Amino acid sequence: MAEMKKYEILPHTADGKFRAYGRTLEEAFVNAALATASLMWDWARVEPKLTRPFCVRGRDREQLLVKFLGEIIYLLDTERFLLGSVAGLVIRTEGEDWLLEAEFKGDTLSDRHEIYGDVKAVTYSDMKIEECGGFTLQVVVDM
Amino acid sequence: MELRKIGDNVWEIPKQGEMRVPALIYASAKLLADIKHDMTLDQARNVACLPGIQRMSYVMPDAHQGYGFPIGGVAAFDLDEGVISPGGVGYDINCGVRLLRTDYTEKDVTARRKELLSEIFKEVPAGVGKGGVTKLSRNALKDILVKGAEWAVENGYGTKEDLERTEEYGRMREADGAAVSDRAMERGIPQLGTLGAGNHFLEIQKVREIFDKSAAAAFGIEAEGQILVMIHCGSRGLGHQVATDYIELMENKFGTKGLPDRELVNAPFRSELGRRYYRAMSAAVNFAFANRQMIAHWVRDVFAKVLGSSKGMRQVYDVCHNVAKVEKHVVGGELRDLCVHRKGATRSFGPGRPEIPEAYRSAGQPVIIPGSMGTASFLLVGTPEAEELSFGSTAHGAGRVMSRHEALRRFRGEQIRDDLARQGVELKSTSWKGVAEEASAAYKDVDEVVRVSQEVGIGRLVAKVVPVGVMKG
Repeated sequence: MAEMKKYEILPHTADGKFRAYGRTLEEAFVNAALATASLMWDWARVEPKLTRPFCVRGRDREQLLVKFLGEIIYLLDTERFLLGSVAGLVIRTEGEDWLLEAEFKGDTLSDRHEIYGDVKAVTYSDMKIEECGGFTLQVVVDM
Repeated sequence: MELRKIGDNVWEIPKQGEMRVPALIYASAKLLADIKHDMTLDQARNVACLPGIQRMSYVMPDAHQGYGFPIGGVAAFDLDEGVISPGGVGYDINCGVRLLRTDYTEKDVTARRKELLSEIFKEVPAGVGKGGVTKLSRNALKDILVKGAEWAVENGYGTKEDLERTEEYGRMREADGAAVSDRAMERGIPQLGTLGAGNHFLEIQKVREIFDKSAAAAFGIEAEGQILVMIHCGSRGLGHQVATDYIELMENKFGTKGLPDRELVNAPFRSELGRRYYRAMSAAVNFAFANRQMIAHWVRDVFAKVLGSSKGMRQVYDVCHNVAKVEKHVVGGELRDLCVHRKGATRSFGPGRPEIPEAYRSAGQPVIIPGSMGTASFLLVGTPEAEELSFGSTAHGAGRVMSRHEALRRFRGEQIRDDLARQGVELKSTSWKGVAEEASAAYKDVDEVVRVSQEVGIGRLVAKVVPVGVMKG
């Protein structure tokens, strides 16, 4: 069976918009991270030299998604870390909250990489989390 | 949605449903057609539903879809009944523009423009993920958040006169570093004194046309061919994180039920959280002022090094494009303090307002409207009518019409560079893909935007400038 499409970049006047797909919510989150990275650099060309484990908490799945993707920008700004892949992503609930644990694998920005886009923030604008067989996440990021 | 033409270049969405006030759009038929392409008008209507909004939800001629509030949106709220919203300011807090004049003319610069641009490119860090040249301690950063451009001047970047010619004199007094999260500070520390990327740029420009000689003279613009420098950037990751943090805090405190769009989340202005956001936002505004102050200083250094002198490189002005501020405006015949949100809009105060520096008080406030990369930009002056028409606000730029994705498909950065070179404009960037995304064809016609501003009366044309050299982050 052909591999399922990870994500699609959609038209948006000023910002970046995409839909990320997954058979599970976790897989869709991973693909949303790759889609976000793809607006700034070619994640497929980033070697997995470094690992950055982290955990985020949200009051609902939407906030969890905003905070999860925000981690990519935070690591770029503070450590010049480029995401290449996501490993061990687990989502669970704790009381009313949603928790996500994962590891980003990637490399430090160097002359080998071209950064062509600047994602400033992850927004709730037009955000959709749809479940129909699998999961589809629609996200708009501020660029 | 009902949209009525109520005058030349003026359209109204009458009050309906949950709207507390009408929405008013300043646009020509041509610009309105662009505006109608996306969700701008729905967003303007949503803003009109927020508690405490005064008079109208305004839409400027360059408006396009934002998140929550439209870009090019102006809304003022009562301090007691109204709200403050991070979405009404935008993520890039105090994204803004600084304009420097010089004593140089086209003749002095044309042959040296490549060298000037290369040197500026070396001195001013730009691009995504590029750190600044200044190693900053956390204590120094806290100082910057409180003092803004004043900190930069105290530390040898520029002059006191620069502060005089900066909106808010380069420092919002309400700022409090303690309201800014560690995460925002961590993002800010490596980014002070950096241009960033996206639509941010630095241009060496020449005056193409002067429309208003007396206002131009007041601002130090004397002749066609005179060289200017324009710097367009903001508060970088620090400001973006402040917005992200307070959206989350406001959601957690007040919830999102009943909001037509989650990005419209807000807090009552007088609430503890509303006030804390105002202090944090002011700190991010100050960071951006310091940022542009440092970049301007390095640009002067380069001119001194390459051309022998930076004498006469006075600051024309520095304006914010994304900000919320408490200002006095007349509503219902009464002078009141209001929290004016300008998101992708420029303050445009006419002569006499006390916020304007003395040197310009009889002329009015300079309004700087950058075009898209490589095209014309404009200098306008604020008008007294703007206070009644738009709480003293006008447009902020060209405004996009085409998505970045589409621009990438249609254009190549290297081609744009070559086309500009044929017109005598030098272009340097950290990314050719980034250049393609910012192709001028992806933007509205800035000439049309400023023409409408002038016809409506929210900003009067002073001068048109065109680039000689462009540095894009």
